[in-house]
Amino acid sequence: MIAALLALIGALLVLGLAAVAMRRSPLATKLVYGGALVLTLALFALAAVALASLGAGAREAALPLGLPWLGVHFRLDALAAFFLAVIDLAAAAASLYALGYGAHEPEPGRVLPFFPVFLAAMNLVVLAADAYGFLFSWELMSLASWALVLAQHREAENVAAGTLYLLMASFGTLALLLGFGFLAGPGGDYSFAAIAARRPEGWVGALVLALALLGAGSKAGLVPLHVWLPRAHPAAPSHVSALMSGAMTKVAVYAFIRIVFQLAGPPAWWWGLVVLALGGASTVLGVLHALMETDIKRLLAYSTIENIGLIFASLGLALAFRADAMGAAAALAMTAALFHAFNHMLFKSTLFFGAGAVLTATGTRALDRLGGLIHRMPSLAVPVLGACLAIAALPPFNGFASEWLTFQAILLSPDLPQWGLKLAVPATGTLLALGAALAAACFVRFYGLAFLGRPRSPEAAAAVETDRASLAAIWGLAVPCVLAGLFPGAVIDAIAPAVQASVDARMPVQTGLPWLTIIPVAASRSSYNGILIFLFITASALTVAAAVHRFASRAARRYRAWDCGFGDVGIAAQYSAASFAQPIRRAFGSTIFRATDVVEMPPPGATAPARIRQSRIDPVWDGLYAPLVGFVWLLADRLNFLQFLSIRRFMSFVFLALVFLLLVLAVWH
Amino acid sequence: MMLPLLDTAHMLAGGLVLVSFMMLYQDRLSALINLLALHALVLSLAVAWQAWIQNAPELIITAATALGFKAIAIPVALQRMIKRLGIHREIEPVVGISATMLAGIGLVALALVVMLRTTASAAPLAREDIALALSVILLGMLIMVTRRNAVSQVAGFMSLENGLVLAATGAQGMPLVVEISVAFSILIAFIVIGIFLFRIRERFDTVEVQALDQFRGERR
Repeated sequence: MIAALLALIGALLVLGLAAVAMRRSPLATKLVYGGALVLTLALFALAAVALASLGAGAREAALPLGLPWLGVHFRLDALAAFFLAVIDLAAAAASLYALGYGAHEPEPGRVLPFFPVFLAAMNLVVLAADAYGFLFSWELMSLASWALVLAQHREAENVAAGTLYLLMASFGTLALLLGFGFLAGPGGDYSFAAIAARRPEGWVGALVLALALLGAGSKAGLVPLHVWLPRAHPAAPSHVSALMSGAMTKVAVYAFIRIVFQLAGPPAWWWGLVVLALGGASTVLGVLHALMETDIKRLLAYSTIENIGLIFASLGLALAFRADAMGAAAALAMTAALFHAFNHMLFKSTLFFGAGAVLTATGTRALDRLGGLIHRMPSLAVPVLGACLAIAALPPFNGFASEWLTFQAILLSPDLPQWGLKLAVPATGTLLALGAALAAACFVRFYGLAFLGRPRSPEAAAAVETDRASLAAIWGLAVPCVLAGLFPGAVIDAIAPAVQASVDARMPVQTGLPWLTIIPVAASRSSYNGILIFLFITASALTVAAAVHRFASRAARRYRAWDCGFGDVGIAAQYSAASFAQPIRRAFGSTIFRATDVVEMPPPGATAPARIRQSRIDPVWDGLYAPLVGFVWLLADRLNFLQFLSIRRFMSFVFLALVFLLLVLAVWH
Repeated sequence: MMLPLLDTAHMLAGGLVLVSFMMLYQDRLSALINLLALHALVLSLAVAWQAWIQNAPELIITAATALGFKAIAIPVALQRMIKRLGIHREIEPVVGISATMLAGIGLVALALVVMLRTTASAAPLAREDIALALSVILLGMLIMVTRRNAVSQVAGFMSLENGLVLAATGAQGMPLVVEISVAFSILIAFIVIGIFLFRIRERFDTVEVQALDQFRGERR
């Protein structure tokens, strides 16, 4: 099975090379995306079969590539199979979407060769079973996605985003490299099996946790390492944005689980605390940014930070429960994390596809220039509405199911023995609840401004429905959002082997329960039934709609003569992106973001218009990165003289460095 | 039976270190180049001895290259060069002779300590040979660092390279291909440096590298 997987991944790499060869051909776009679609669908099918059939077993393979005598080891276990399925489902949908969307690409030669390589690299990261193969594929993934971010390189903003991304990606890889170094120790056996058998302890484990948080966190977009994400993800073409947000962040989550849960040895109780705190902070900061953002793709990227925060909070819970040997609770939290990772892939990809369709239809990403698209693009508006409801965690969609599981795990926290956790877990829970509420507001704003109301620009008024391939991809991911929400028990049981592989415990079997209910802990505690909720919501909504239609709409109404009913009050009188966010901005902006509104009134008699200037800062950027950048500049200034030494001094420096190293060696032994 | 063989190998390697020290305090250019020839001669003897005791006939070729190129061809060319440049005058070391010699002794001590400590498990012949070779390399660097004249820097560089060859042959021989490529790279470096010497001389009327710094507007 693993041989077939590797062969398919190899075919993806070959497809990348073929794209270079046929970049001049007009058929290249169709051929490359079509090929990627077929290959990733096959990969998805294999991964799904593996997830269902592997159980606790694993398949291994080694290829004689890379370092001589070492080769590269691959291993497929349930955890890897789950993430492979997530990645390849997103990849297949993105390929299908790109069959239509790719036609709008101004320079396809800048996207086509890197797209299959990016897909292959993500698959390889998940399959790698030694540090060398892992880091190589990780770096390949970073570089391929960087090239895709720079696909539209003529915009200065994209170049800046690409540079920042490259910096953060290199930094993250460096952290992972050091982490693997500490894990392998002086023995130098870098295969995961050898590392797991070593079971590092004490400060090494804590150090590895910190490095994994830096390495995987910077790729996933965990606060405070998120700064590149809202710039780089929107800069790429929309199907790549969807992959970066939907799939690549999941690869980072996978890396964190693999390193911290399987390789770093037994966790200490405070590890969970650290991860929880970072997850909670990411959730709130990400969604607050998203609420104030006016660019649709950046809004979605900020929302990715929020969802990654949720996933990491669940992972932190799983770590805490695992440290205290509460297997069932750890399995519940891990299930919530993996379930939400799967869900986020579904709805975030749908939303990015939708944003791309809106972008091609209207030519703009600014919320303030959209509106009324539900009339112009009805077959796009319905699945996007579904994805918005799912990401806002409303029942009966899948987002609700996974977040509900997270909160069930949080409610188990009183059983934890440490007081630090007893207090911190509910505190994080309130942060997550706040984040969930704000996310709902955020997506009401997103959908309301883009799809409802009246068009705010002529382009929005002239928008036409997007092509069939794109719509098929969007529907193809939106429908599973509903299905996973209606039948959460089936999903929980499907990912149970992956949970078993990561925390050595699993949730109780859900599929046998009557009425498709899910009961995570005990029937006396809590249960959830997606179908019943769905029926109730549908019935009550239909009743209300019928009642409104019957009693309100049809009734004759009288208005005063000259105000034209709710006549034409002007498009500018609708909510704008800024005005909808204003209450939140007032509540949080002045403290967290130091938001300011300055009104400039012209003096009486002057013909200049009045202006309102708004500004806000990113506290993480100003508090952490700006000083860092300043320090680097200062250091560069101070060391500048090294550029202008005489030849003999350069030689002396080299010589002294050598002598110093020899001295260290002499003292060390 | 084994001991006198090893002793001879050590004696030759030690002789190389000794010649390095002689180069370190030699302050006349032509004498320095003669010492460089002697250095290469001792090296070729040491390599030939290694060829005999290791039963490695290919090392004879290494010894022959060392003798032909480094002991004869390059010194003759260098002598001719300094004749054409007309620089037979004294060369001034940057630091005083005694300080340089003390530093050299310190470096040899460091090399021995490092090598004997880190290679405790290696064969005794190899580890002591490598320790001496490291001393020769460090002394070659010291010569390069303490001289201002480009020609004497070339001499220091050549002695450094001799140390590399000694290390490589002491450790059970190195592949002939590597040896040939090293020899060629040295030759090319020599040619390039030689051309540069004439260019520097043409432009600045001196081969003191300090002149380059002044040209760049740097203080010393």
